[in-house]
Amino acid sequence: MDDLTSEFDLVLQAFWLTIQLAALSGVVSVLLGTVLAAMRVGPVAPLRVAAATYVNVVRNTPLLIVFVFVFVAFPNLGLLVGTPFLLKGVLAVSFYTAPFVAEAIRAGINAVPLGQAEAARAIGLTFGQTMGSVILPQAFRAVVPPLASVLIAMTKNTSIAAVFGIVEATARMRYFTNNSPDDTIVFLVFAAGYIIIVELLSVGAWGLERRWRVAR
Amino acid sequence: MRHARFRVAAAALLLAGGLAACGDAGSDDAEGVDVEVAENAADEFEDGTRMKELAEDGKLVIGVKYDQPGIGFKGATDDAPAGFDPEIGKILAADLGIAPENITWKETISDNREPFLESGEVDLVIASYSITDERRQVVGQAGPYYVTGQQLLVGSDSDIDSIEDVKGTEVCSVTGSTSLENIEAEGARPRGFDTYSECVDQVLNGTVDAMTTDGAILLGYAAENPDRLKVVVEPFSEERYGVGYSLDEPEMCQWIVDTLTEAQESGDWDTAFEATLGKSGVETPEPPAMDECPAA
Repeated sequence: MDDLTSEFDLVLQAFWLTIQLAALSGVVSVLLGTVLAAMRVGPVAPLRVAAATYVNVVRNTPLLIVFVFVFVAFPNLGLLVGTPFLLKGVLAVSFYTAPFVAEAIRAGINAVPLGQAEAARAIGLTFGQTMGSVILPQAFRAVVPPLASVLIAMTKNTSIAAVFGIVEATARMRYFTNNSPDDTIVFLVFAAGYIIIVELLSVGAWGLERRWRVAR
Repeated sequence: MRHARFRVAAAALLLAGGLAACGDAGSDDAEGVDVEVAENAADEFEDGTRMKELAEDGKLVIGVKYDQPGIGFKGATDDAPAGFDPEIGKILAADLGIAPENITWKETISDNREPFLESGEVDLVIASYSITDERRQVVGQAGPYYVTGQQLLVGSDSDIDSIEDVKGTEVCSVTGSTSLENIEAEGARPRGFDTYSECVDQVLNGTVDAMTTDGAILLGYAAENPDRLKVVVEPFSEERYGVGYSLDEPEMCQWIVDTLTEAQESGDWDTAFEATLGKSGVETPEPPAMDECPAA
């Protein structure tokens, strides 16, 4: 406990790194996931197959294995050797999370009535315009609750980085439990940190849901 | 939990291919110490001592590490562990009249060394087992038979050669370990990994500048790759490896100390070192002076 109070800046630094990792991974995986979802519902068959393959392969791979590839296997082959650790963490987490985002968005797209796409095409919009101006804005509304769950899971998944060279919250927690006679307090403090981050995400999602609610 | 994950990671490492997770330390070792197994050893010991029992039974169970090259390492296809710790075990067993092939080796990990001794699961623990006051409250520790300290393992072309040089560099070790804390205090950026072998990989592939932990462990990895790795800097902490025994058998201590002192004088200690950790190219150190045994 004394350690925790006297070195509280270390706790804050560690959570700041967790937040950076989660925020960057969140942005990258939502972008990548949206592209994947668009590929899967798009008219180009090879892209559909590519996106479906990516989703199925990566979704069936444990996150730990993805990390081992990015942090151990690739550097052994001479790839990503000079890449900063944070960037490698973002790469691993978003590569893994994108398929889940894609599937949530695809569910949202499927929830948009078919007539919308048909009407857009009838007035001469291209596939890109149909997606960007008609389908996705409506899809995102339906996607907010499942997407929030995916991003919350992703935030907690960043803790795997603790054993891949990134001193984020979980790694710092191990530093404190190694020294402290009373682990329980250390666990509680770090659990509280994660709860605060996740609650912020939940509140944000709730706000978006309210703002985008359809007036019925 | 921790170790379940270690295995997953280890399996993944192998799958990932091109990895040096499993070295060959041990499998191609020279013979190590050519121990002279004592004859009629049981007669040497007083009645009622644990040593006499062991010598009469002809059985000895020794707990060693299976995952530290050079210290105690057993590859998947090896029959027995190899390394400096098993060599010390063979020296002790020989004094009881037990040949190396009759020793029962048992893998101990850092967390189960005290429980194994307390429950009698093993007779001795020789597993990079640092002597500390806390541990001496619950188990006996005779020795030290080897003294090491925290050092750095770097690529053979590295410029790091004193502890001041680590400022601002990236240094890996095991997440949450004291070594990682110490190096962070020296101004290095700590990079925690789950296992030492992952950490060595990071040094070998150039992702991090150095790895840090007990020098003995580092020497083991350097011995596997003497052309690509070297151990540098003066030890900046002191770890004294002892032989663990049960406090129920305090008479073991004096026997261990006497037997190891004899091995130090006869040169068996040097042979054991040269056949294992010494392969890293480091000079064989002076054997350490051992602590007095607590009065029984």
